[in-house]
Amino acid sequence: MTGFLTLFTIFVLSVFLGFEVISKVPSVLHTPLMSGTNAIHGIILVGAIAVLATADSALLKVIGFLAVALATVNVVGGFVVTDRMLEMFKGRAQHTPGTAQPAPPEAVPPAPAAPAGPADTTQELPR
Amino acid sequence: MTAALHWSYLAAAVCFILALRGLSNPRSARTGNLIGAFGMLVAVVMTLVAGHVHNGGLVAGAMVIGVAVGVPAARMVHMTAMPQMVAAFNGVGGGAAALVAISDYIGHADGATLSSGNRLAVLLGVVIGSVSFSGSVVAFAKLQELMTGRPVVYPLQQFVNGVMAAAAVILAAIAIVGAHVGLVGLVAVICLGLGVAFVMPIGGADVPVVISLLNSFTGLAVAASGFVLSNTVLIVAGTLVGASGTLLTRMMSNAMGRSLPNIIFGAFGAVVTAGATGEAGDRSVRSGTAEDIGTLLAYSRRVVIVPGYGLAVAQAQHTIRELADLLEGRGVEVLYAVHPVAGRMPGHMNVLLAEADVPYEQLKEMEEANPIMPSTDVALVVGANDVVNPAAYDSPGSPIYGMPIIHVDQAANVIFLKRSMRPGFAGIDNELLYNPKTTLLFGDAKATLSSLVAAVKAA
Repeated sequence: MTGFLTLFTIFVLSVFLGFEVISKVPSVLHTPLMSGTNAIHGIILVGAIAVLATADSALLKVIGFLAVALATVNVVGGFVVTDRMLEMFKGRAQHTPGTAQPAPPEAVPPAPAAPAGPADTTQELPR
Repeated sequence: MTAALHWSYLAAAVCFILALRGLSNPRSARTGNLIGAFGMLVAVVMTLVAGHVHNGGLVAGAMVIGVAVGVPAARMVHMTAMPQMVAAFNGVGGGAAALVAISDYIGHADGATLSSGNRLAVLLGVVIGSVSFSGSVVAFAKLQELMTGRPVVYPLQQFVNGVMAAAAVILAAIAIVGAHVGLVGLVAVICLGLGVAFVMPIGGADVPVVISLLNSFTGLAVAASGFVLSNTVLIVAGTLVGASGTLLTRMMSNAMGRSLPNIIFGAFGAVVTAGATGEAGDRSVRSGTAEDIGTLLAYSRRVVIVPGYGLAVAQAQHTIRELADLLEGRGVEVLYAVHPVAGRMPGHMNVLLAEADVPYEQLKEMEEANPIMPSTDVALVVGANDVVNPAAYDSPGSPIYGMPIIHVDQAANVIFLKRSMRPGFAGIDNELLYNPKTTLLFGDAKATLSSLVAAVKAA
């Protein structure tokens, strides 16, 4: 069992990480980003499975069943709808059409050197 | 919990961080989303494999139902209806978080074997999750037009909301100090009501910002459940969403030139807005025929299309593309000026136009579009109003004062395709409609655009 202080440490660090990781987002991506984070909080599915997996009364089974079903809708729906939105932008993020590169192989994380992006796709938010 | 499970949760948490990072940049957004989905898959599969799962049949059944509902819904939804889809998915997530928290209370001998710290976490999960669930339902209903998109206000609204909030806090405190499972259920019910009351007074145009706020609420509810279950990945993922969602909500309200408190509590000052609308009186506007406007368009050198909410509602993105192609074929330069908050959500319009295969080079952000406005022959405003309203810079008393707008008033001619003289979502009259160089064409955006297509063909 992990102690409360450890969990709280993780919590506080995650708050800072959450603020840092999306410091500057072009408005074009606000909707997909909202939808993507929406899918990520579907991780409650893991908690819901844990609840249903240890449920011993009928009431807990009903609640757990509902929770797992709802959380699954959140996860699969969230990721699928985000992908559909982003699919619309395929090839468009490329700076110059015609030099489109194929998508990197799946195992490669997205180039973390994001600031190198083309200037016209990372415009300042209007004040 | 086994070591393998811990490792998989760490891997999932890293994936989520990379996903958020990827989603912040247009180049890597799609990959980012896939990495997030991969992390989710790892965490869920390892939970099923290594988590000593009993009731396997029930778990499988619930997940099959969830997939059977979620995937078709997400695949078949029209891009125009996407904002309410996000609201719906957020709502079910919030509901799941509240249910997980409640069942944890029940499962520990009705709260008796939980520490008061854990009972606090449970109650936080119940409160935030319930508000997020019912709030999202109302947001969905508003965007789906199952109810009015206008702010719903009634007497003593703030007082009633305050009493409900106070009751929820007091009852929750009692259920934290001692174990009272009945009170937890009561708190959940009150918070469901609170979520409804919270979103009711918010106007349709502001609902997306509220969805973003509720999204970060759900993240926090998930994190609270993580504390109860001692589950690190729930804490990391939930908190990431809570924090980044808060930041995103602020960015969205900034893009609209509004503060968050103004959006949430703005309806209570609606009387002031009504005053600003009242002065309109019965001044005359000039409305034209499709033939006149078609001819004007066909013989222009540069046309800038300003798409808005009405275009999305009428699903007219393909028709406008047809009109643009036709004009381009006649040698007219056609550009689209996209306001950051055009459509129902920031970035929504870009998605819709992308769906209609509008060439990326023709899409201009507001900052690029404004300098070319003075050399534009016709600004064609389709179903937009507030984003071109000059009140945003010339009448300091206006609720939208300070919002950056597209300066269509600098073009030689302005054409508005509107459903009616009804003001836009912000409920403010638009001075530009009475400008002598403005022509209006009333009707559903799709119908009027089709008639313009015919007129341009004939010209």
